[in-house]
Amino acid sequence: MLTISDLQANIGEKQILKGINLTVKAGEVHAIMGPNGSGKSTLASVLAGREDYDVTGGSVDFEGKDLLDMAAEVRAAEGIFLAFQYPVEIPGVSTTNFLKTAMNEIRKYRGQDSLDAVQFLRLMKEKMKLVNIDQSLLSRALNEGFSGGEKKRNEIFQMAMLEPKLAILDETDSGLDIDALRIVAEGVNALRSPERATILVTHYQRLLDYIVPDYVHVLYKGRIVKSGPKELAFELEEKGYDWIKAEVEEAGV
Amino acid sequence: MTNQPQENSPVSTFRDRLLAGFRASEERMNGETKSPLHQVRRAALQTFETLGFPTVKHEEWKYSNVTSLINKAYELEQPSSITADDLAPLQIPNLSGNILYFVNGQYRADLSRIVSPTSEVQILPFREALTEQSEAVGAYFSRIADFQDNAFTALNTAFAFDGVFIRVPDGKTVTEPIILRFITDARSNSVAAQPRNLIIVGRNAEVKIVESYRTLGDEASFTNAVTEVVVARDARVEYYKVQNDTDQSYHIGTTQVRQSDNSLFYSATVTLNGGFVRNNLNIVLDGEHCEAHMYGLYIPNGKQHVDNHTLVDHAKPNSYSNELYKGILEERSTGVFNGKIYVRPDAQKTNAYQSCKNVVLSPDATMNTKPQLEIYADDVKCSHGTTTGKLNEEALFYMRSRGIPQEQAKTLLMFAFAEDVMTKIKIDPIREYLEGVVAQKLAM
Ligand SMILES: Nc1ncnc2c1ncn2[C@@H]1O[C@H](COP(=O)(O)OP(=O)(O)O)[C@@H](O)[C@H]1O
Ligand SMILES: [Mg+2]
Repeated sequence: MLTISDLQANIGEKQILKGINLTVKAGEVHAIMGPNGSGKSTLASVLAGREDYDVTGGSVDFEGKDLLDMAAEVRAAEGIFLAFQYPVEIPGVSTTNFLKTAMNEIRKYRGQDSLDAVQFLRLMKEKMKLVNIDQSLLSRALNEGFSGGEKKRNEIFQMAMLEPKLAILDETDSGLDIDALRIVAEGVNALRSPERATILVTHYQRLLDYIVPDYVHVLYKGRIVKSGPKELAFELEEKGYDWIKAEVEEAGV
Repeated sequence: MTNQPQENSPVSTFRDRLLAGFRASEERMNGETKSPLHQVRRAALQTFETLGFPTVKHEEWKYSNVTSLINKAYELEQPSSITADDLAPLQIPNLSGNILYFVNGQYRADLSRIVSPTSEVQILPFREALTEQSEAVGAYFSRIADFQDNAFTALNTAFAFDGVFIRVPDGKTVTEPIILRFITDARSNSVAAQPRNLIIVGRNAEVKIVESYRTLGDEASFTNAVTEVVVARDARVEYYKVQNDTDQSYHIGTTQVRQSDNSLFYSATVTLNGGFVRNNLNIVLDGEHCEAHMYGLYIPNGKQHVDNHTLVDHAKPNSYSNELYKGILEERSTGVFNGKIYVRPDAQKTNAYQSCKNVVLSPDATMNTKPQLEIYADDVKCSHGTTTGKLNEEALFYMRSRGIPQEQAKTLLMFAFAEDVMTKIKIDPIREYLEGVVAQKLAM
């Protein structure tokens, strides 16, 4: 589904991604872990199409197409979804109105008819239950004055509505209590299917108790320095990142 | 001094025309030139002659250059052949109420409809009110809007013949809104019009008034309007000023309000289009426990220029004023916001809030803001803030990442920004109509 090859990206003069290689197949869940400042959010943003970053090398293939060549909205229409680490407040635009616009734009891109009001509401009701989110929240301006947990849940709600092929969750778990975490995990697991894939950027192993990954990668200083099965996450939880950092230094990178 | 005639001619042309126009109007008046009201006109003309048109050296006109405005040869009394059919495209769907048309300054009874009973409200062409309501006119005309230091108000006062007179008796609620449509027919000539309105709202009375301005045709138009509003104690006034004018239009308008105890003045000024617009909204809170709300929205594009000057004068204690103006500036447009708040030494326990927020969408557009607070009382709550920024890029990316194309995301964001003010318009058909115009203009 997704093949990232030697991806390099700068912000200004500063190189942040220094050659990322990662292959994600349909049906898989990949966890990306790593110390703060490693470039996890940068990778997520570059995949979603944020233009603040200059891609200086490498390529990203998404279902046979050149992802880096697409505008952010086209990527969304092609099936990429990024749950933001810091969801943005959109003053004056309700979640409902926002999502209706987004869904219908995506449908237009795919040559499908727009959803009418009834179809849209029915879908919303169904997904609201899934992430246990309240109607009143969805009528308010998107993310404006939402608590941290509400913002994260709203991200998952949007994901559930848009049903992406590839969901990228950037630290959706941080700052959540255990109940909220469980809800987020349920939302993600509900979307798990042989046609879809998920990249989970996380700091903590605890999310992985609920969403069991197929692979765990460690991103450090702009590179994936270690990959392994889900057990790698336990090891990281236990031993921290120092041993990995040491390994990297030893290798003399 | 070879360039002297060149330097003088265009400016003096309009001025000369005005002075000649004044003399001509006097000749038609016969004995009426002796009336006290006409003495006010004469004094105003003299003030205008002394002051002359303001230049950008004048602090109040620093960012609004009227040179090209006064450089045109407007017809002062241009007859118009406009018919109801010509106005059909300007109709606002589902709008009921009193709708009055003024074309090139003249009231057009044939195009207008007055539905409110006279027991609720007296609505008269200003010219008729001069005789039929001479006492009320004498009591308030030019006493609310001072012309001493304002050339345009002076000019309007000198030519105060046409416009509307509205009087709501004590205790009456006018159920239907009063819509004043000032149309300039500039299809064949450049035209100037100077509407003069006097609105007297009695004790515990209530009324909703809309002023709208529109030019037809491609020639230049100049409207110099003055509206005086007297809000007696316990009265409630909703006042909307709507401008959706041509790029060749010049508008200078002053709305001068005086409020007495316990009264409410609630206003929104919406400038959707117009070549050159200067709105002065001045409110004197001359009573206790008054409330004044002032909302404004302007969305100039092209080379449009919109200048809003507001003044809230807290003259007595315990009153509240709240102001929110928002602007979206595109292309090469310019905007000005100048908001003054005075709190007089007497006006303890004043609450006065002011906010002006702007989004500048193009590097060639400019916005000048100047809040001016002069507070002479110590026990007051006042706040003011102005922001001028670009479109929120973070929000834009967030929306795009959900599949909303860039242009549409911008429109959605800007429309939501404008809605803050649009929702303050409480006459539904007008709000809906304006929302349509805003949406169309913001669709990039
Ligand atoms: N807008 C930016 N301007 C400058 N530096 C940035 C910006 N965004 C991220 N960085 C830098 O890029 C590096 C990677 O950041 P980030 O991708 O957010 O890391 P992570 O998500 O792994 O914590 C950090 O050193 C960070 O300071
Ligand atoms: Mg991050």
